[in-house]
Amino acid sequence: MKDPAAHPDRDIGHTEVKETTCYMCACRCGIRVHLRDGQVRYIEGNPNHPLNHGVICAKGSSGIMKQISPARLTKPLRRKANARRGESQFEEISWDEAMDLLTERLGRLRAEDPRQFALFTGRDQMQALTGMFAKQFGTPNYAAHGGFCSVNMAAGMIYSIGGSFWEFGGPDLERAKLFVMIGTAEDHHSNPLKVQISKFKRRGGRFVSINPVRTGYSAIADEWVPIRPGTDGALFLALIHELLKVGLFDRDFLIQYTNAAELVIDDPDRDDHGMFYRDPETPITEGCTDPQNKLWWDRERGAVLTHTKGADPRLMGSFTLADGTPVKPSFQLLKDRVERYTPEWAEGITGIPAATIRRLAYEMGVTARDQKIELPITWTDCWDNEHDSVTGNPVAFHAMRGLAAHSNGFHTIRALSILMTVLGTIDRPGGFRHRAPFPRPIPPCPKPPNSPEAVQPNTPLDGLPLGWPATPEDLFVDADGEPVRIDKAFSWEYPLSVHGMMHNVITNAWRGDPYPIDTLFLFMANMAWNSSMNTTEARRMLADLDEHGNYRIPFLVVCDTFASETVAFADLVLPDTTYLERHDVLSMLDRPISEFDGPVDAVRLPVLPPKGECRPFQDVLIELGGRLGLPAFTTADGRPKYRNYPDFVVNYETSPGSGIGFLAGWRGEFGDKVLKGEPNPRQWEQYAANGCVFHHELPRSYQYMRNWNKGYLHWARAHALTRWAEPITLHLYSEVLNRFRAAALGKRPGRRPPERLRERIATYFDPLPFYYEPLETQLIDKIRYPLNALTQRPMAMYHSWDSQNAWLRQIHSHNYLFVNPQTALAQDIADGDWIWVESHLGQVRCMCRYSEAVEPGTVWTWNAIGKAAGAWALSADADEAKKGFLLNHLIGEELPTNGTHSGVPPFSNSDPITGQAAWYDVRVRISRAEVQEPRISEPQFPPMRPVPGQASRPRTRWQAYVAGLFDRH
Amino acid sequence: MHPALSVIFLTTLIGAGQGLFLALVTGQVYAAIRLIAPQSAEFYAGGSALALGLLVAGLGASFFHLGRPERAWRAASMWRTSWLSREVIVLPAMMAMVFLYGVFHWLGWTQPLFVIGAGGLPVDATLVFGVSGALVAFALYVCTAMIYASVKFLEEWASPYTIANFLLLGLASGFMLAAAYAAYLGTELVGFYGTWAVIFTLLALGTRSAALIRNAGLKHKSSLQTAIGVRHRVIEQRSQGFTAGSFNTREFFHHRSPRFVARLRLIFLLLVFPVPVLLIMLAYVLASPTLPVLAFAAQYVGLLAERWHFFAEARHPQNLYYQSVS
Amino acid sequence: MTQLALVIDLNVCVGCHACVTSCKQWNTSGWAGPMVDENPYGADPTGTFFNRVQTFEVGHYPATETVHFPKSCLHCEDPPCVPVCPTGASYKREDNGVVLVDYDKCIGCKYCSWACPYGVRELDAQQKVMKKCTLCIDRITDQTLPESERKPACVLACPTNARLYGDVHDPDSEVSIAIRERGGYALMPEWGTRPANHYLPRRKTYMHVSPEELQRADNPLTKEDLTVYTGEETLDDVTW
Ligand SMILES: Nc1nc2c(c(=O)[nH]1)N[C@H]1C(S)=C(S)[C@@H](COP(=O)(O)OP(=O)(O)OC[C@H]3O[C@@H](n4cnc5c(=O)[nH]c(N)nc54)[C@H](O)[C@@H]3O)O[C@H]1N2
Ligand SMILES: Nc1nc2c(c(=O)[nH]1)N[C@H]1C(S)=C(S)[C@@H](COP(=O)(O)OP(=O)(O)OC[C@H]3O[C@@H](n4cnc5c(=O)[nH]c(N)nc54)[C@H](O)[C@@H]3O)O[C@H]1N2
Ligand code: SF4
Ligand code: SF4
Ligand code: SF4
Ligand code: SF4
Ligand code: SF4
Ligand SMILES: [Mo]
Repeated sequence: MKDPAAHPDRDIGHTEVKETTCYMCACRCGIRVHLRDGQVRYIEGNPNHPLNHGVICAKGSSGIMKQISPARLTKPLRRKANARRGESQFEEISWDEAMDLLTERLGRLRAEDPRQFALFTGRDQMQALTGMFAKQFGTPNYAAHGGFCSVNMAAGMIYSIGGSFWEFGGPDLERAKLFVMIGTAEDHHSNPLKVQISKFKRRGGRFVSINPVRTGYSAIADEWVPIRPGTDGALFLALIHELLKVGLFDRDFLIQYTNAAELVIDDPDRDDHGMFYRDPETPITEGCTDPQNKLWWDRERGAVLTHTKGADPRLMGSFTLADGTPVKPSFQLLKDRVERYTPEWAEGITGIPAATIRRLAYEMGVTARDQKIELPITWTDCWDNEHDSVTGNPVAFHAMRGLAAHSNGFHTIRALSILMTVLGTIDRPGGFRHRAPFPRPIPPCPKPPNSPEAVQPNTPLDGLPLGWPATPEDLFVDADGEPVRIDKAFSWEYPLSVHGMMHNVITNAWRGDPYPIDTLFLFMANMAWNSSMNTTEARRMLADLDEHGNYRIPFLVVCDTFASETVAFADLVLPDTTYLERHDVLSMLDRPISEFDGPVDAVRLPVLPPKGECRPFQDVLIELGGRLGLPAFTTADGRPKYRNYPDFVVNYETSPGSGIGFLAGWRGEFGDKVLKGEPNPRQWEQYAANGCVFHHELPRSYQYMRNWNKGYLHWARAHALTRWAEPITLHLYSEVLNRFRAAALGKRPGRRPPERLRERIATYFDPLPFYYEPLETQLIDKIRYPLNALTQRPMAMYHSWDSQNAWLRQIHSHNYLFVNPQTALAQDIADGDWIWVESHLGQVRCMCRYSEAVEPGTVWTWNAIGKAAGAWALSADADEAKKGFLLNHLIGEELPTNGTHSGVPPFSNSDPITGQAAWYDVRVRISRAEVQEPRISEPQFPPMRPVPGQASRPRTRWQAYVAGLFDRH
Repeated sequence: MHPALSVIFLTTLIGAGQGLFLALVTGQVYAAIRLIAPQSAEFYAGGSALALGLLVAGLGASFFHLGRPERAWRAASMWRTSWLSREVIVLPAMMAMVFLYGVFHWLGWTQPLFVIGAGGLPVDATLVFGVSGALVAFALYVCTAMIYASVKFLEEWASPYTIANFLLLGLASGFMLAAAYAAYLGTELVGFYGTWAVIFTLLALGTRSAALIRNAGLKHKSSLQTAIGVRHRVIEQRSQGFTAGSFNTREFFHHRSPRFVARLRLIFLLLVFPVPVLLIMLAYVLASPTLPVLAFAAQYVGLLAERWHFFAEARHPQNLYYQSVS
Repeated sequence: MTQLALVIDLNVCVGCHACVTSCKQWNTSGWAGPMVDENPYGADPTGTFFNRVQTFEVGHYPATETVHFPKSCLHCEDPPCVPVCPTGASYKREDNGVVLVDYDKCIGCKYCSWACPYGVRELDAQQKVMKKCTLCIDRITDQTLPESERKPACVLACPTNARLYGDVHDPDSEVSIAIRERGGYALMPEWGTRPANHYLPRRKTYMHVSPEELQRADNPLTKEDLTVYTGEETLDDVTW
């Protein structure tokens, strides 16, 4: 035996270490990839990386298996002429053929009607490029996964505090004393959050988790507060009620930094009822969405402009302005609103005892008030007040899809934002902290196009495909107020659907509502499986023919790295690379990986050559842009402007001379500028030399209170992060929402919603948060379907990606439905039994696993473990297909109509404000499967065949990976 | 534990082989002191060959248990600490003794070497091999049994009963085989061996039942509480950390229903104890040459079941860690 | 004498499995590899892992605790797996107490796995030799690695730093201090195996708010003059 102590790795083969950025999930940790004789030997966290500080997760550590996966696509493919979609019968074609085919088809569509081309992308990180491509093409039909992911979280918070959880901000656990985590299982910030939670606990911080299920992070919480799904809004409102009642709110913070003390017109008879009183005399910054021309009610002087020196405004009361206008501070309106939301009321809805709610409110309020943090950091606010310290109230929150993925999520998240605001915890130490480019104005400046004229043949779209409506005039609707986009985003049905509504694209395109399209291009989205709601139907619609025998969705292009379920339905398949084989940028224009202390962006550098004929999708898009003659991708004489993606990244500027490009680091001719500066031809090298990451640490005085931090805001404007240096006052009260409501009530000149939607808008565009039952729950027979069904992300799997990963799939080769024994026994179901789970859409068969860690009215399973037979290069009898199951078959993409057909297509099963897919609203019943039934999961689909170019390696029973030796003879 | 066929065969075959050898030697000693009639050289040689055959078959079976049989020789090295290693040494010694014993009988090298005592007990080479072989056989029973009995956290096994059972069941089956052998050859020793076989079988019934009763009431030292170090009455595993099994889910559990195990227990309790005893008694009454063979066959089959049960019954504490998939 | 070991902090382990796969990737290409997988893309995929993370539920709803429980070889100080090995393939290193298997000697008899109460040894189903956690012996002893990286792969990977590594015989080491001060305990102490690896129990932080703390003189409500007097009649007006 060789002495292990004398077995240094480098003796065994040629080793090298390359740095890049992980993409086994969207967290994007820095990694060091050790290669031995050209094969991956070991992937470790990069200890110098600001995000993960050297740690890595289960997925990141399994990148090796992604490289050797037999599910890898390696050739461009075209559906065989005589084969049906879904049958997975393809022939190899060359890239030239594929590009010709695309150029011809898309060129035609662009010349005729750019709307006919729809580009939708899944859990990707290239929206800066894909969005730009869509805009250049001129189609309004573009979005990424945000609409079915967590847009409620983004919109609910950004429309309230100018920043959000998710990638844009988070809890400052380094200084917090109390941490309340709500509806989070794993989240995007996976590794950093774990690092932080652990340090927080070890420092003795108190950690409370509010979740129907106790797993993962919640497992180590000091207190688990089980809650009924979809009811958190009630909890937050009751917490606010209690804090206001007892006086546990941060008065100074509310006055100075929020619109709490600002006066709202309070006369239901007036058209401007519910709008802030705006002083016509005060000069305002042109174009600013929330100018500082509002009033406070000073206790001595009466109405004064906000931030009048020496003023001490009232938060409560009801006043009359000199011109006779009755007004109230918005805080008073909030107080009126939460009056009825008592803990006892919330107990009946949430299932949390009123005493617990009160205790939680007191814990939050007293910690915020009595454990104040004071940091010796001087800063200047927007009103030129010098502060010689930064203070904070150390109560931090974090929340994710447990709040977002409900159709009442927007208001729930508004309520949470207000709770955080009332406690005085926004961008302060120990509370919530922004990450660049946030905070941004409320709402941020970019707007979607607002009329069908924005779409013209052979012309880029007039506006960005996605944006932040501030008024009804920003909606993307036609003269009748009907949607322009295929997904109906930014229409009166879902006005603030700021991330689009990808979950309705297939149904709408199939139905031809609002119009049929020609080409649906799916990039990195497994829409024939886990990212579709109502999956069985989605699969049917993808392959459905019209009366002439043509596909209802005529052309389907899929760009994927693996033989996913969706690939089987494609007409054209473009094989992408893996994250270890390409250049990528995690751009400030998209979703960067900034830290609390300043902007951070990063790149990936290829550490391995592309497999087979795989091509980085970005290169393909750039070439396609050149071939189609899209202005941004071509020179004045019509030739392609960029060789490839790396070339594009260093040279592209958002507009000539803007100095803004895809990467923020090492800009300028000499690489000495940050965020803004001329293109730097050596930019890639500089990233490479710095661990693939650019981290710009702000001066300490710019690190806090950024919504109102004069220095920071001016710096941010100078470095092109924001357009205004105006203070970003927190919207306790949302005037933006009230504008839409006023339009619905006919109290506003300009656009009005179509008749059928007026009541809906008037109800849901409430400027203050309120609680309502999730929409599906309102429509469904709750006695028949007594249970809420949820999914959770397993920490060791990323959506559907990892079943092809030989290591990760051993951890989760199939899934169970977790049921509280109380609930199961009531149905005579034993642990391990096969059961049926039925929703209003249909039923799935699966296995039951008892769990004491789930609220009895809830059942749940791990997300996206079940797979269609044969997909992902798994054998047709693989556990994923035979024992695993997918809950999505039970979740509707549209609200149940209960048989009433009014001729109008049903609403999307989404939040009525943001269009967020309401995954977690689904209600089910469970029953034991008969003993004679086959012990396999349902539904089953005919096995997907391997595609050409896949599984070049013979599959044997054994796989023993040793870097440098694997598969070499 | 997962009952591996290789080990079931190994232990039952060599147990019977050793027993048969001991029966031969006992017969020879009885004959030497003239309590029974002496037998022919062929009788001993044939019997030894049979015993050796069983030992060789057992050894052969054991190879199937090894992942790397070609390295089996290495297993002799750790006799200072490992009962397995000791078995590996003693088993060939046993085979050598049986071989020499049989060959010397066969070749007729039975000239007395010396005579013991006034009465004159002539001692020849076969007797020397026989008696020392007997010691080796006992040692081998102990080694084999101790492989199981020495694993202290396999509490079903970690008791003197294990040694008693291996010994007595081996003797019972060996003497039963001797009886069958004698009956088959038509010698008059059927009764002699048969009587001993019945005695050993009844003794084994005692120790084996005692073991069953002990194990039925066994309170295991380890529990989920000690396994994960959490003090609470209610602990349940939700996930063993992987879904489709591992070495730890295959090696240490029989994956059979409790009903199956209970049935098998009944079968072995019948086949090992009353059935052969009745058959051998019937054989005595009917002077049948075939019934003793049947008696042995029944007992051996019963022993296979007994050994399966022996493994299945042992609850390895590691199983506490591998109970639930999710 | 040195006894290297892991100390696993159940107080912060979130059950992420990072230690499971980082272990596999390091070791499959290292001294202890390969770590084979069987049916990697078929039904019932299974394979060799040195470290598993399990989940237990303690108590009944709603007083449920979910415990994530990582487990690898505990490198017992009195390892029952070693003396039973007939070939000497299983051994405990003199210099650092790590328990290892010499694959060149192992005959795959599995006896050592029977003799381990913890279920941490796994027979490699293809190579037919016994494998187990090596404490990443080829990392921790590799003098060419920088000191900060001379640690087991699972320890470096663990995002919550729930895996502490060091010499449990050195009273001043991080691990010894953790065991001493945070109630470190051994698994199945009833067997006298004296595992070198220890576990740290859950700890809870509670908060108590007494009624007096709720109201303070500077309560912001007092600044809002909640009762505005607009001249209504009071007792003052009507009594003497
Ligand atoms: N029931 C239920 N359903 C859900 C959710 C839920 O909680 N419950 N969550 C929803 C949410 S939040 C999201 S974000 C979606 C995610 O759903 P999707 O966005 O569809 O995500 P994935 O399944 O991860 O991956 C999509 C495709 O990307 C491919 N892919 C992976 N890497 C690459 C690459 O480098 N290049 C290319 N071109 N393709 C690649 C994969 O092979 C896969 O086919 O799921 C949604 N679906
Ligand atoms: N390992 C891994 N990491 C991932 C992903 C992955 O697939 N795998 N996906 C990434 C993506 S795209 C996303 S969007 C994020 C999502 O990250 P998370 O938001 O953490 O995602 P979910 O797993 O959907 O967790 C939702 C949690 O909310 C709880 N919940 C559901 N309904 C309610 C409710 O009404 N109230 C409360 N209080 N809780 C509720 C569920 O029990 C669950 O614990 O994770 C990202 N990170
Ligand atoms: S958290 Fe995501 S990005 Fe980070 S190591 Fe894990 S898979 Fe990679
Ligand atoms: S844990 Fe098991 S394998 Fe490891 S040293 Fe202890 S007894 Fe041996
Ligand atoms: S399996 Fe190998 S290491 Fe284990 S006891 Fe047998 S020879 Fe020793
Ligand atoms: S110490 Fe090394 S071998 Fe042991 S579990 Fe950790 S990574 Fe695996
Ligand atoms: S890596 Fe750390 S947190 Fe994750 S399961 Fe292992 S010990 Fe627990
Ligand atoms: Mo998502």
